[in-house]
Amino acid sequence: MISFTETFQNKTKLISRRMFFLSGLKVAVFISIITRLFYLQISENIKYRSLSDNNRFREWKIVPQRGIIEDYFGQKIADNTQTFQLHMIPEDVPNMESLFFRLSKIIDFNERKKKKIIKRIKKRKPWEPIIISDNLSWSEFSRLNLFLHEIQGVKPVVALSRKYFSDGSSSHIIGYVSDASVKDLENNELIREINIPGLKTGKNGLEKSFNNLMIGTPGIQRFEVNAYGKRIKELELVKGISGKNFRTTIDHEVQKLASGLLKEKSASVCVMDIYTGDVVSLVSSPTFDPNKFVHGINQKDWDDLLKNEMKPLINKPLAGLYPPGSTIKPIVALSALENDVMSTKKIVQCKGKIELYGQTYHCWKEKGHGFMNMRSGIKQSCDVYFYEVARRLGIDRLSVTSKNFGLGKKVLNSFYEEKSGVVPNTKWKIKNIGTGWVLGETLISGIGQGYFQTTPIQLCLMMAQLANGGYEIKPRIIDDKLAVQPMVDKWREEFYFKKNNLDLDSGLVKLYRNKENVKFVLDALFGATNEPLGTSYRSRLTQPGYIYAGKTGTSQIRTITEEERKLKLKNIDLPYKKRDHALFIAFAPYKNPRYSISVVVEHGGAGSSGAAPIAKKVLKKVLERQKLREKYQPNLFEEV
Amino acid sequence: MATNFFSKKNLSVIDKILSFDYFLVFLVLLLGIISLFAMYSSEQGVFSYHTKSHLYRFSVFFLFFIIISLFKIEYLLRSAYFFYIIILLLLIGVELYGITASGSKRWISLFFINLQPSELMKIALIIFLARYYYKIPSQNVNNIKYIILPFISFLIPVYLVAVQPDLGTAVLIAITGLIVIWLSGFRIKYFLYSSLVLICLIPVGISFLKPYQKSRILTFFNPERDPLGAGYQIIQSKIAVGSGGILGKGFLQGSQSYLDYLPEKHTDFIFTLFSEEFGFFGSLFLLLIYALIIYRITKIGSESRNNFARLYCFGFASAFFVYVAVNMSMVLGLLPIVGAPLPIMSYGGSSMLSIMIGLGIVMSCKIHNNEQLG
Repeated sequence: MISFTETFQNKTKLISRRMFFLSGLKVAVFISIITRLFYLQISENIKYRSLSDNNRFREWKIVPQRGIIEDYFGQKIADNTQTFQLHMIPEDVPNMESLFFRLSKIIDFNERKKKKIIKRIKKRKPWEPIIISDNLSWSEFSRLNLFLHEIQGVKPVVALSRKYFSDGSSSHIIGYVSDASVKDLENNELIREINIPGLKTGKNGLEKSFNNLMIGTPGIQRFEVNAYGKRIKELELVKGISGKNFRTTIDHEVQKLASGLLKEKSASVCVMDIYTGDVVSLVSSPTFDPNKFVHGINQKDWDDLLKNEMKPLINKPLAGLYPPGSTIKPIVALSALENDVMSTKKIVQCKGKIELYGQTYHCWKEKGHGFMNMRSGIKQSCDVYFYEVARRLGIDRLSVTSKNFGLGKKVLNSFYEEKSGVVPNTKWKIKNIGTGWVLGETLISGIGQGYFQTTPIQLCLMMAQLANGGYEIKPRIIDDKLAVQPMVDKWREEFYFKKNNLDLDSGLVKLYRNKENVKFVLDALFGATNEPLGTSYRSRLTQPGYIYAGKTGTSQIRTITEEERKLKLKNIDLPYKKRDHALFIAFAPYKNPRYSISVVVEHGGAGSSGAAPIAKKVLKKVLERQKLREKYQPNLFEEV
Repeated sequence: MATNFFSKKNLSVIDKILSFDYFLVFLVLLLGIISLFAMYSSEQGVFSYHTKSHLYRFSVFFLFFIIISLFKIEYLLRSAYFFYIIILLLLIGVELYGITASGSKRWISLFFINLQPSELMKIALIIFLARYYYKIPSQNVNNIKYIILPFISFLIPVYLVAVQPDLGTAVLIAITGLIVIWLSGFRIKYFLYSSLVLICLIPVGISFLKPYQKSRILTFFNPERDPLGAGYQIIQSKIAVGSGGILGKGFLQGSQSYLDYLPEKHTDFIFTLFSEEFGFFGSLFLLLIYALIIYRITKIGSESRNNFARLYCFGFASAFFVYVAVNMSMVLGLLPIVGAPLPIMSYGGSSMLSIMIGLGIVMSCKIHNNEQLG
């Protein structure tokens, strides 16, 4: 028993000894665990906290509301409207193929769209929403909502998208928006920065020019997401700032009327306030429906637009280049008077043509006008008279006056597509053509043919700057609330009623030397419209307050051969492409004028029959709305 | 006969209850309550399936703990081999009729409960070895005659568990077995020899490992090796613990667990969840409770007058320590992810049952600490 007890005690001691040793080990291990905890939770806490936040939060940008474009009266020409969209978050979709199959049964979803979307999925992160369809019809949208429980990973969304007047009367001014292209991303830093699915970018017109201002600032939606990327709750919503709104000087009613008048024609109308430079109307025809571009135009519509020989996509008032034809005659006459190369009383006999160095220069009136002075030369648009004026004046002096009055340079700075045109002179020809100027070219320049290239808005500006008494104006299409209205009355008074030739103390730039020369030209234009034998006599308005004065123009787009001349071919008998362009410029009302207009109808025949009747109707509308327009003026100044 | 289990001549049930180690009971209850809160948080603040189930299990098994405490230690000693053999048979049963879940066969269906015998084996082995060694004089322990049976007794279950496959539990069983053998006097140099052999066998062993086990071990050495695959758990666990900071994110505020970044958050990674929400001080507190439990068990062992109780308590305390240390080291990135639950905190019936049985035996040792077993 003793041995057993001894053994037992020995064993107890051994066990306890070893346990003591083991306990020391345990303490050491626990200390190392505590050290590890200390390291992770205290030393490295900041690092792990930020890692945890990276796990937790995910941000989505929200497309801001695009700025609205209004006309002068607050009519929204480019607005935003509710659209029904279908978004998909790829990582939430359990089976892409079956989703596409289901969708094809519910909405308009074909193989082509499927391929496009698969391509897009590859480019984006799996949690970024992809827009499957951005313009669902109401019936598609409601059907989708009905079957929503069967299709995972997609979300019907009510969003805002661009909406334009579908009559297209202002399509060319406003332009249109569409998805950003690779080129847009390359050229525009802002778009690169906020490239959110669904963001539209301006492609043309004002939408392009003011794109960066109209886009606005995107909102941010911050979500807490779980390990599978599912949004758990919205933590923060930073509201986006909607883009800047723009009010234009355009009158939508005039646009509608003018657009209607130009239907089926390749033409443009341009109306301008001769004092403020406000562009009241700027219509290009034929037009297109800009809404088609918003959600991606289909191939057929696109081909139709491209193949149309009337070129609907070109903004003709700004980018169409035409020889001014006879519409330049007021400037030619003014230039001659200002440079004292001719008196208004100078008589020239028109026999229908003149000869110069063996070359024959025809008047449009084959029989000739007979004896013409400068007033009747303008009134009846006698070419022979102006060959003589131009011969005496010379191209360089003519080009100075033309440029002064607005030809040969861009009128509005708000458009990428605007062209500056050509006002030729001797230097220009050497530089651009490489040969010296010849006299014959001076003669045809005197009737606005040859190298002259003008845009309709330049002609309108030229008319405006003549009609306002010969002062420089700065045309504008964006109503930036800095109109010069209070000056207008004073201005008119100075020019029309005071005899002395005093400058206005307003810092206005005077374009003339002698006021009487401008008055003479305006009076001659009155004759052209309101007196028998005047070229636009048939299109005159007789109602008091509506009487206007204008100049027709018919610009040849090719040289008329002798045989054709003998055949006495009328424009209407010629193939469309060979017909002359019809032009007309005017200002109204004659007494106390306010507006200038230019109408250009491509291949429209003679200005008197092709363009003047349109101008007459548009002017009538503009004058009818003048009171209304003036009523809006004071608002401008209150808001400043 | 039945009353005989609970009472000895001089000890009534009341006496036994009065001689409980109430501090230990308190610690276990405290741990249980903490575990319920953690479970509640793992279900995102909803009193749902896991929390309910954990509550039932804790309540029922806590009762087991009390009842087993009342058993006479002599009876426990006598039924030690029987208990071991039952569990061993169950383990073999798993191999034959087990339920397979997520790639491994660990459970056996006992009509009313799905049992994981490998968890119970942790206790059965300790009690078996304590029973085996308590009477063998220490100088005989190293006799080859007394070596064979203990090693066979732990190598068989280790093998059976390893092929389930459940490497974590197999390693834990092996470690606890070795600790008890060592405590009873096995010479340290034999351990050194055998560990040398083991090191030599490592390359062979690796070839037997399943691909996922290999990847886990490789991942341990470099978690960023595969951040979305095998390394994901450990990276997310470290982020959760680290982002907890000094005071934690607050109860139910653990974003890592709430947002499902944390894998297995109610079982093996419950400590991560707790640590994220209660921070460094909370973790220290939890660690302190575990340390105190281990201390109380060790104390009961050293106050016991028989070597069976002593060996058993020391063995169980060490095993308990190993579970805690392995689990915590694992979730803190100090050890590879092997799948070892945290005692009482982790969800899992068999693990809880085995711990409660173990604690019950400890308590019985406490109550009968004056008995010298023949």
